[in-house]
Amino acid sequence: MEEEIKTTCLHDRHVELGALMSPFAGYDMPIQYKTITDEHNAVRNEVGVFDVSHMGEVRVKGPEAEKFVNHIFVNDVTGAPDGQIFYGMMCYENGGTVDDLLVYKVNDNEFFLVINASNIDKDVAWIMQNAEGYDVKVTDESLYYGEVAVQGPKAEETMESVLGIPVKDIKFYNFKTLRLDDEDVIVSRTGYTGEDGFEVYGSHDFTRRVWDKLMQAGVQPCGLGCRDTLRFEVGLPLYGDELSADITPIEASLSMFVKLDKPEFIGKEALAAQKAEGVKRRIVGLELEGNAIPRHGYPVEVEGKQVGEITTGYRSISTGKSVAMAMIDKPYDKLGTEVEVRIRKKTFPAKVVKKRFYDKSYKK
Amino acid sequence: MAKVMDDRRYAESHEWVKIDGDIATIGISDYAQHALGDIVYVDMPEVGDEMTAGDVFGAVESVKAASDLICPVSGEVVAVNDELEDAPEKVNADAFENWIIKVKVSDPAEVDALLDAAAYTELCENE
Repeated sequence: MEEEIKTTCLHDRHVELGALMSPFAGYDMPIQYKTITDEHNAVRNEVGVFDVSHMGEVRVKGPEAEKFVNHIFVNDVTGAPDGQIFYGMMCYENGGTVDDLLVYKVNDNEFFLVINASNIDKDVAWIMQNAEGYDVKVTDESLYYGEVAVQGPKAEETMESVLGIPVKDIKFYNFKTLRLDDEDVIVSRTGYTGEDGFEVYGSHDFTRRVWDKLMQAGVQPCGLGCRDTLRFEVGLPLYGDELSADITPIEASLSMFVKLDKPEFIGKEALAAQKAEGVKRRIVGLELEGNAIPRHGYPVEVEGKQVGEITTGYRSISTGKSVAMAMIDKPYDKLGTEVEVRIRKKTFPAKVVKKRFYDKSYKK
Repeated sequence: MAKVMDDRRYAESHEWVKIDGDIATIGISDYAQHALGDIVYVDMPEVGDEMTAGDVFGAVESVKAASDLICPVSGEVVAVNDELEDAPEKVNADAFENWIIKVKVSDPAEVDALLDAAAYTELCENE
């Protein structure tokens, strides 16, 4: 049965702006307003704004909030200062990934989890199910919050001068809760572009007002098209491409976020074993010779034998090179290994490179 | 509204075919280039490749996705537009001027079966 498509609180704005709309994670979302290239370059060089209201938000509250978050999350939030944010994953017992998420520490008894839109129902069920026996209250607040991401080297200036939101003292991967227009608004120095930027969570009305002010000031609206090209260039994973129930964080080359020295968390045993024994395959970067463009699912071969497949690939807008992230079997994952990518009827030479095709410029 | 030229025929998959003697020049329509957005790569066959009508002969790629090119006629590829290798964006600039391949047609009846400009315009309007 086909489910009815959902819309965000900014949907009418996107339509009015003439955006190319397409279903994503059950929402009718803007893919592009102008062109992906223009929007991508606006974020790399100046500033752009994304409607990311489709993202899910879950609040965990209670005396055992920290203990519980540490139970379901691979990163370690123990003793963190209030206002700090952690990136990491929730995993199944077998190490496969439930989702990747941000965890905002409000205080010892309260955490705010930001999850992928496509996984909201699955994640909420998973969190609730595992909360049994913990003294916590889990609330899905996804329908309350709208969210915009203001991204790019001029993000700080835009937040302060256009929106009047003081952000200078918010450090990278930190947030503040501000009382604005008679409501609590969460403002964090985070994003999914590799540039400096902020994410603002508030009511639907607040989100619409923020969006309208940014449009009036001429800030470039950016769609999901360039959100993907931007995150890809700096090697950030997308759930469904580089992470899934079948892909562990270790295989996704994200072990830096997996804290195996924590006393316990779901999936620890499987991930520890995988780390100790070494993975059979992992996500690497590929750079192709020539102009052909590798796409998700295309086979990667060595001497005619398939050794992996492309997870995300583009002609990088920032560098002009044909590059990809790919899941590759050992031992072909080593830097400099020569492989071939099958694109339709032909194969194209490529070599394994670091999965960062463009340098991040975070303001730390 | 996308431009449609009445000096050529069209396939439902949005390629155009212009006949000169037994040579069919093939490209993609203005409607198709517009729908694709910024074209960043055109994948073309080799001269000498044999095509059967309906074969995939290459692809046009935008930033976001690859879109197959389907050969509307049967025959041998006698030319490919090398200019598109370094300047694929020419297809966006003028899809009717910037052809992709030329095919020596083996069955002229296949051309007659393609859509004329009026039928193609109607197809685009209904998409």
